[in-house]
Amino acid sequence: MSGFLAVLVVVLIFIVIFQIAKASEYVSILKGEKKAREQSNRINGFLLIAFLVLGLIGVYWCNDLLKGKILGESASTQGEGVDALIYVTLAITGVVFVLTQIALFWFAFKYQEKEGRKAFYFPHNNKLEVIWTVIPAIALTILVAFGLKHWFQLTSDAPKDAAVVEVTGKQFNWIFRYPGKDGQLGRRDFKAIDPANGNELGLDWNDPLNKDDFMPTELHLVVGKPVKFIIGSRDVIHDVGLPHFRMKMDAVPGIPTTLWFTPKFTTKQMQEKTGNPDFTYEISCDQMCGSGHYSMRGVIVVETQAEYDAWVAKQKSTYDLTHAAAAPAAPAADSTQKVIAAK
Amino acid sequence: MSNEATLHSQQEVMHGAHDHHDHEHHHEDSFISKYVFSMDHKMIAKQFLITGIVWAIIGAFFSVLFRLQLGFPDATFPWLESILGHWAKGGRISAEAYYALVTMHGTILVFFVLTAGLSGTFSNLLIPLQVGARDMASPFMNCLSYWFFFLASLVMMASLFVQTGPASGGWTMYPPLSALGDASIGSKIGVDLWLTSMALFVVSQLLGGLNYISTLLNMRTKGMAMTKMPLTIWSFFFTAVLGVLSFPVLLSGFILLLMDRHAGTSFYLSDIFIAGKALANEGGSAILYQHLFWFLGHPEVYIIILPAMGMVSEVLAVSSRKPIFGYLAMIGSLFAICILAFLVWAHHMFVTGLNPFLGAFFVLLTLLIAVPSAIKVFNWITTIWKGNINFTPASLFSIGFVSTFISGGLTGIWLGNSSIDIHLHDTMFVIAHFHIVMGVSAFFGMFAGIYHWFPKMYGRFMNSTIGYIHFWVTMIGAYLIFWPMHYEGMAGMPRRYYDVSGWASFKQFGGLNEFITIVVILVFAVQLLFVFNFFYSIFKGRKMTTQNPWNATTLEWTTPIHAGHGNWPGEIPEVYRWAYDYSKDGRDFIPQTEPIGPNESAH
Repeated sequence: MSGFLAVLVVVLIFIVIFQIAKASEYVSILKGEKKAREQSNRINGFLLIAFLVLGLIGVYWCNDLLKGKILGESASTQGEGVDALIYVTLAITGVVFVLTQIALFWFAFKYQEKEGRKAFYFPHNNKLEVIWTVIPAIALTILVAFGLKHWFQLTSDAPKDAAVVEVTGKQFNWIFRYPGKDGQLGRRDFKAIDPANGNELGLDWNDPLNKDDFMPTELHLVVGKPVKFIIGSRDVIHDVGLPHFRMKMDAVPGIPTTLWFTPKFTTKQMQEKTGNPDFTYEISCDQMCGSGHYSMRGVIVVETQAEYDAWVAKQKSTYDLTHAAAAPAAPAADSTQKVIAAK
Repeated sequence: MSNEATLHSQQEVMHGAHDHHDHEHHHEDSFISKYVFSMDHKMIAKQFLITGIVWAIIGAFFSVLFRLQLGFPDATFPWLESILGHWAKGGRISAEAYYALVTMHGTILVFFVLTAGLSGTFSNLLIPLQVGARDMASPFMNCLSYWFFFLASLVMMASLFVQTGPASGGWTMYPPLSALGDASIGSKIGVDLWLTSMALFVVSQLLGGLNYISTLLNMRTKGMAMTKMPLTIWSFFFTAVLGVLSFPVLLSGFILLLMDRHAGTSFYLSDIFIAGKALANEGGSAILYQHLFWFLGHPEVYIIILPAMGMVSEVLAVSSRKPIFGYLAMIGSLFAICILAFLVWAHHMFVTGLNPFLGAFFVLLTLLIAVPSAIKVFNWITTIWKGNINFTPASLFSIGFVSTFISGGLTGIWLGNSSIDIHLHDTMFVIAHFHIVMGVSAFFGMFAGIYHWFPKMYGRFMNSTIGYIHFWVTMIGAYLIFWPMHYEGMAGMPRRYYDVSGWASFKQFGGLNEFITIVVILVFAVQLLFVFNFFYSIFKGRKMTTQNPWNATTLEWTTPIHAGHGNWPGEIPEVYRWAYDYSKDGRDFIPQTEPIGPNESAH
């Protein structure tokens, strides 16, 4: 009933607007087309300049309102470069934005149709056109140069001493694997995947390198130490999104990808910095991967070396967990899989 | 020489035919041949437009539905259950339905509205009228082009009603998600129907595009050198070239996807474990699809925006009573955009694991596009400078177009730079960017075109008071919706999230999402007002009393108010000058058909 009323109200508003519009058409015929045209030009000219002024104020106000809600300082050393580039780009595009919008709306207002005004026949001017071809070209060259410098840094090979973590996406969570004491990840084959027996990644148990690999439900990283992610997917394309670290890389089935960065602040430091005791580093899935895409959340804990060592010491290797006599249930119980199966 | 011959034989045939039915057989125009399987380009244009409008309402309504979910994730709307059934149990849209709506919104608006509805309408309407031709090179192919589009529409519409729902993997339809029915409920029959519909759509685009190109290359009236064509025609030309060269690549990508789905091939599939078992596919590359897709996908955004640019150039010149500034630079920049459009596709793929060295070239070429785009913006602004602007709804929408094109274009410089793209890729920043620059802008161009050429289509005017309301609410609303969205993206909030309340990093935007949703509903309502104005004015609008209501120089306004098939009752007029002699030598405008006077200054 209330839905019906809402529709009725909307329809009534429509009819009222329409009747006014219709009447204004008759009025303009009565007043004479010329006069109506002058009036509509005056009103619209005023609205254009009002839009410009209020719009620019609005841009400032919106920034004031929302600037506290974006991420703040980059939490990785690599991300500093990204932020620097964003500021340079913001400065250049910001100036262009303000100048061109002012010119557009100001000219529209100033040169609105007036009795007796003659438009200026100005078909082209080579000098002007060369100027505004060259200036953007120079500005863009600067941006390309800066951008590529950072791009090659960001995509460079990870340092030799970087820690290595394997991150594998599946519908709809992340599977993490650490190489264990030997520092090397063991072999795996997707055909050996066997979630029922706790082998989420298809680890090859005959490979001795696999014996000490462990698979926690959260990622733990050491502050100030570079870490390299080896990224893959078990089913569809996912994407490892690390907004605080300004990093992102697709997880593609069959094609491993990598990224590396150096965390700058521990989770605790970030909680203090942001004044938010619940602050958590999150991994978001940034590539549409199915109905649970929005819930594909991973948690990263950045901590000191000592805390990290203590944490590692508590981890049991996946091999031990799955080969214990009682064969305990797989970690990371797979609830999403069931949802899919039920459909 | 051969052009002349084609033209003249065409004229004779058409002219002969015309006399024929003028004098004897009026019954030849049956309802079917006039309104349904029409071969008159003007009628086909209207068919494209009205089909496009119907799709636009559906596509925009879908966005209202999913914005309700995003804005009010905890609220329930019982009426949703009555229209969506089990897709919105208890009045809350399910995640599957949300993704289906998002996917269909994208597909419908990108392809069915802003490609078919925009260039389909105006290329058809304006190419023959503005170059001085009786009809398209092949009116029959033109008719087929519409009906293939109609078939594509039927199939896409049918996919909305199947049990497992329409495709739901995003409008880009990336495999393996779209290749495996086990990966998503929408990837069952929904994707097959989607692919079938898109294949039909590609056929329609090719038939149309080849026709546009051959018409404007071969059938221009006497005196209409390429450099005398209005910019609308140039933009339709480049649009058609882009479509003809890139749509086949898209189709090839779709065929491979279809084979992966049903023929057991592994073009895109490798190393997949899904629904409790490992698939046999090995050696495929999911990234290959993205290359094939974006080889169309990127030119596609120019297919959408170029016609809008052309029409805005025309409308701004006419309403400022000034020649378009830098006509040749405008053509040159269209040409540059057209070439570069083919060389930047991988900027959609910076984070796929693309070779960084290769990525560097795509950065360079992408940012290069900003140069011709900047030239165009400066030229539009200079066109209105020292003009004498009459604010019709069409000219307001053109000014709005330039404004949104600047705003959305500048954020393209952010995203095109791969280092920034790493952070902003697939976030709401991207949504804000492309909605402003190719969604809102293209719609503004389309609205400008509709308001401006409505009298040519129907012999009546649209109500301009509603037009003004339409413009101002849409303009303000568009900025209110998309401007703050940039901030969500800066925070890293991913696109295509059904609910962000579970995320420590993104949930602070709940209030903003609510605000955006309310504006969306308002703007949608005003679009309905426009649609009403459109249909009402077809039958009841103020009648056009003069042939040339805007005092424009171009050829379409030399045809009778209700031009029949063949456009000009007598000879096709000859053209002597370019399309932009406004306010020259003290005269308000000089039509293209007027011979150059002895004392006239050159332009």
